[in-house]
Amino acid sequence: MSLLLEIAGLTVGYGAGPTAVLAVQDVDLAVHTGEVVGIAGESGCGKSTLALAATGLLDPPGRVLQGGVRYAGQDLLRLPPAALRHVRLRQIAMVFQASMNVLNPVLRIRDQFLDAMQAHGITSRREAVERTQAVFELVKVPARFLDAYPHQLSGGMRQRTVIALSLVLEPRLIFMDEPTTALDVVVQRAILQSVNDLRVQRDFAVVFITHDLSLLIEIADRIAIMYAGYLVEEASGPELYQQPLHPYTQALMQAFPPLGAVRSRLQGIPGQPPDLRQLPPGCPFAARCGKVRQGTCDTVRPAMTIVTPGHRVACHLYPVSTEGGKQA
Amino acid sequence: MRYLTRRVLVLLLTGWAALTINFVLPRLMPGNPAEVMLARFQGRLSPRALAALTVEFGVHTHQSLLAQYVAYWGHMLTGNFGLSLTYYPASVAQMVAQAFPWTLGLVGISTLIAFILGTGIGIAAAWRHGSRLDGVLLPVSLLLNSMPYFWFALLMLYLFGFVLGWFPVGGGLNLAHQAGGWAGLGAIISHAILPAATITITAAGGWVLTMRNNMVAILGEDFVKFARAKGLPDRVVEFRYAARNAILPNFTGFAMAIGFVVGGALLTEIVFSYPGLGYLLYEAVLNLDYPLMQAIFLFISLAVLVANFLADLAYILLDPRVRAVGRS
Repeated sequence: MSLLLEIAGLTVGYGAGPTAVLAVQDVDLAVHTGEVVGIAGESGCGKSTLALAATGLLDPPGRVLQGGVRYAGQDLLRLPPAALRHVRLRQIAMVFQASMNVLNPVLRIRDQFLDAMQAHGITSRREAVERTQAVFELVKVPARFLDAYPHQLSGGMRQRTVIALSLVLEPRLIFMDEPTTALDVVVQRAILQSVNDLRVQRDFAVVFITHDLSLLIEIADRIAIMYAGYLVEEASGPELYQQPLHPYTQALMQAFPPLGAVRSRLQGIPGQPPDLRQLPPGCPFAARCGKVRQGTCDTVRPAMTIVTPGHRVACHLYPVSTEGGKQA
Repeated sequence: MRYLTRRVLVLLLTGWAALTINFVLPRLMPGNPAEVMLARFQGRLSPRALAALTVEFGVHTHQSLLAQYVAYWGHMLTGNFGLSLTYYPASVAQMVAQAFPWTLGLVGISTLIAFILGTGIGIAAAWRHGSRLDGVLLPVSLLLNSMPYFWFALLMLYLFGFVLGWFPVGGGLNLAHQAGGWAGLGAIISHAILPAATITITAAGGWVLTMRNNMVAILGEDFVKFARAKGLPDRVVEFRYAARNAILPNFTGFAMAIGFVVGGALLTEIVFSYPGLGYLLYEAVLNLDYPLMQAIFLFISLAVLVANFLADLAYILLDPRVRAVGRS
């Protein structure tokens, strides 16, 4: 496994100057070839903004204020537009949240595949059609839907089509932002299963963004937890499941039923995430935290600490290590 | 197909309603065209002449309303709109047929140019929304759109016709009786430029505004962002994805405008003394020429209905979702 994508100190704001709302703050995250990295957190924690910023798709007023994203040795955010265009889909693909509106309503599915391939230099129509049919087979959508318009497909079929489109140029990394959230559980499961099969076949890395931590524990090699724009904990899937360190992660774990366990009462997290326009000076989670230490947690922002190799957390309960917290 | 059937039914129903209202309204008014004619001749007509006129004008007050209604339909279907009072003994049909090409040439072409120009500028402004170009175009379009067009016409006439003397100030009315040939064509064009510019400039502002707003809304859709994530060139995203969808609502507006072309640009034609339907209607109103007015109003309402019908047909071609509604 070699390093594929490296997000370093990324800070993203909406708006400019002192009134900017910081949706992502000083996030470090690495993605290696062929692995599944999960990003979990509540709505509004900045996980979607992180994905958009990392692929240069952020629209104004969103702006990257600090930090950078390196992909295969290039600084993605400083690439000229034409070069960035060639990275998209061919190197890094993006699957948006399953919604009615990801595909152009007035173009046939076939044409939305062909224009993508044409944009990346596949000029032979025959090759393009063959590739399209191949990925349709992979995601198990009958090829006759190539001639359909998006509204003629069911939600699950449409999402499979979008996944097929993201695979058509065999990218090395796919960002999936809540790809199955709008679908029912059975369809969700089937789609995730085929994504995982494909990943084994094609050997691409996935950054999987969801609020469903239980799902990530099942499918992700590594999991990053975000809260109020900060990355608060990162560990391998099994480690995070067995030993969540951050009180927020622990609270998230208690919010869904454990696999195969006795019946127990589920617990929500009391309170609301903080207003991003006026973050408290200390730990952003302090106001909702059961283990809060007055005088420290509400005044000093916790730094990222490596607790054991591959497991890091930003919380005052764990003393700061000498490496300064940046991931090795 | 059901969509089409429904559209045809709506067309027939509204057409019937328009014709019937056209029949009822003049009969609710006091007097009849023959009496108006009589008043014009100030008692110099004998009762027998009056009776002859009554027959000639197709007003048979002694008949039952139902019989009149049946006869009216017969006249409408054979294109018999009666005689014009103003241009007696010319028939209404003759007068309308004479004025129609002038209006179609002037208002039709200017409306088309205004739509193409306004839509194009609207696309460009929306694609660069927030830029300086957009910042200038927006208030200028708003100003042009909200400016009374007859006032703008007077301004044009004063500046380019009177002060600079580049174009004729009036006299377009005589054009209809002039000889053809290249000289005639030149005269027609030089008389048409000022009114055409007036209509084009004031109407284009409206198209800029609606197209820009539609397009800005479409640019926020997921499929536009996904198109960028596919790495499509900007031109393709701008036209094939954004503009192609944003233009759909404007087609209805365009069809309406084409329908209203038939009515002529009333005030513009008056200001420039242009021999179109608008001017004819103005004359008809001044002279209480009910048959002529009635025919022109009917012509306008039918043109709007037909234009709307054609817009609905165009929608079937442009928007696959409408076809789906038709099937379900």
